[in-house]
Amino acid sequence: MVESLSEVLPHWAAVVLAGAIAAGLIVAFIGGAAYIFIWLERKVSGRIQDRLGPTRTGPLGLLQSLADGIKLVTKEDTAPNAADRFLFRVAPYLAFCAAFAGFIALPFGYQVIGYDLSVGAFFMLAVLSSEVFGVMLAGYASGSKWSLFGGVREAAQVVSYEVPRSLCVVVPVCVAGTLSLSQIGNQQVGWFWNWNVFHDPFTFVALFIFYITATASCKRAPFDLAEAESELVAGFHTEYSGMRWSFFFLAEYASMFAVSGLAALLFCGGWHTGFLPFEPAERFGFWLGNLLNVAVFAGKGFLGVLVMMWMRWSLPRLRIDQVMMTCLKYFLPISCVLLVGVCVWQLFVPPAVSASVRFVLAFGTVAFVFGVVVSAFALRGAGMPPAGELAGVWAKPAGKV
Amino acid sequence: MTLPVVLFALIAVVTAGSALGVVFSRSVVRAAVWLLFSLIGVSLLYFLLGAEFLGAAQLIIYVGGTLVLVVFGVMLTSQGPFAGPRTRPAEWLAGGLLAGALFALIVSASLDLGRPAPPTDQPLPGVGPLGLTFLGVPEQPGEARGLAFLLPFEIVSVHLLVVLVAAAYLARAKKKVAQPPTPGATR
Amino acid sequence: MTDLGLTPFLTLSAFLFACGILCFAAKRNAIGILMGVELVLNAANINFVACARFVPSLRLEGQVFAVLVIVLAAAEAAVALAIFLNFYNNHATVDVDEGTELKG
Repeated sequence: MVESLSEVLPHWAAVVLAGAIAAGLIVAFIGGAAYIFIWLERKVSGRIQDRLGPTRTGPLGLLQSLADGIKLVTKEDTAPNAADRFLFRVAPYLAFCAAFAGFIALPFGYQVIGYDLSVGAFFMLAVLSSEVFGVMLAGYASGSKWSLFGGVREAAQVVSYEVPRSLCVVVPVCVAGTLSLSQIGNQQVGWFWNWNVFHDPFTFVALFIFYITATASCKRAPFDLAEAESELVAGFHTEYSGMRWSFFFLAEYASMFAVSGLAALLFCGGWHTGFLPFEPAERFGFWLGNLLNVAVFAGKGFLGVLVMMWMRWSLPRLRIDQVMMTCLKYFLPISCVLLVGVCVWQLFVPPAVSASVRFVLAFGTVAFVFGVVVSAFALRGAGMPPAGELAGVWAKPAGKV
Repeated sequence: MTLPVVLFALIAVVTAGSALGVVFSRSVVRAAVWLLFSLIGVSLLYFLLGAEFLGAAQLIIYVGGTLVLVVFGVMLTSQGPFAGPRTRPAEWLAGGLLAGALFALIVSASLDLGRPAPPTDQPLPGVGPLGLTFLGVPEQPGEARGLAFLLPFEIVSVHLLVVLVAAAYLARAKKKVAQPPTPGATR
Repeated sequence: MTDLGLTPFLTLSAFLFACGILCFAAKRNAIGILMGVELVLNAANINFVACARFVPSLRLEGQVFAVLVIVLAAAEAAVALAIFLNFYNNHATVDVDEGTELKG
């Protein structure tokens, strides 16, 4: 974008304007995505809990997020007496800026990227890990012990889970040979068996480990002790209300999309559909091709966020000692083994074996997904007993009404 | 007034201002926040100079690691937000004289350096050459062994391991000395 | 970047160094002293990387030294905090002027 603008403007103005446009687009995207995610969370949680979710505000309840936003903006902006005023105000913006800055290096399409850093994957990990500072300051500056406990627990959890997360990011970087995210995306062009996830069994497992550790780093359930509603009132953001509270949630949804997008890019082909043996932006022109690319990438990111929401409302919360044990005793050794395994695979496995394993993994996964979908439809309603007689303590004794 | 000069001026103001904030702020937690901004400013300087790997490493290690540790330490040893010990003005004067003298010394030495001639505008080597330098692999195959920092790299790695084990040992929860059971008390 | 030159970076680095020295000369809170040390180390790092950028023969060494300094600074912060925690356990304060058992 800088090159095309600098034909019209002097170079420094072109750089500044390109940066401003990129930042504006990213903020617009995060805002729009957060709007959809708030609505989606309520709908998904409703359906999983056998209720409908919002239905009255607009068609399908789509204006619910707008209603929530209006309510939050008009709320009174309180701060507790014991709070440290300056830090109390600064903390939500720190968290949001950290989540927002991660999008600078994330490519949404072919050359649709804020700035193509040569260390893009490392930069994203670094910036997303700075979010913990905002949360910890929020916990401390609120001046209440519930917030402090939430903040300290959350800092320990996020910082611990960064280690297996970073090791799992190094696995596809080993396969790709570069840290630059746009290059990793470009390497996965073509059919879906080119994707990094099917390259070898270690990268395949690394996708799932990365996804789980990234969920833990985003403080999402089942790792959401920081906002454990039933335990700590609301954790580190107990004392926040109105717009400041919504900034924390903007930051959370932004970082959820960022790690889902990173997983899609590193492992699942990024902006490529997997069914076109060419790069759409080169075949159909920059704008039309990238329309498809951005839609595919955003779709993959949304799918990742949807699965995170699904996990939140299906799984019970882990205790802090279970969280730390899972990280240090299970994920950390597993990701070390994955890293060593992928290095050994790259060095010693002959190309014929590697290619055949790749096809087995790719088509095996497709067959598995196909089988799951078919069985879900075929067995719909077939396996469950009719909800007539209840068993257990609530059963009426025989013979009584 | 080209773009790098303006960017450098902005980042330098942020970094220097935050460093002054660290020195002069009364509460330790606020000093930690000013230190955060100062470290982010230094990371931006690395990005401006073209050392992208270092900028990201600075963010992930300093901001995401060391500073979190510092704030943990502040929280565990705090005595109230503004109730810290006060420094006497005489100590400020002595410290200020020392700092000012060192500043003058270093600036005069750096002004005497003169411009490196000719001023180079080549970008810094990226992650690949940096990693290979650590391993001692020469740039072109067949060349004599290039710059090798493998030994310092290994020393630093082992140092880090030793230091972390030592820190974990030093900061362990100390068991209180068990009282001897009184006769007649049940266990 | 050529019109920026090396001197502004060295001046900024000297300023951060001076702030760090003032911090650990004048602060009584032990964690404040640790922050001064971090400022000093960052000042040295800026020096290394700026020289790597502007001196053609140091393009790799500057970055290598900066990486090593970052790692060592992190290790030193960890051990310093462990020591301060012990100090706090023994004295119930982190005021370094209270550490006078060996005096006199």
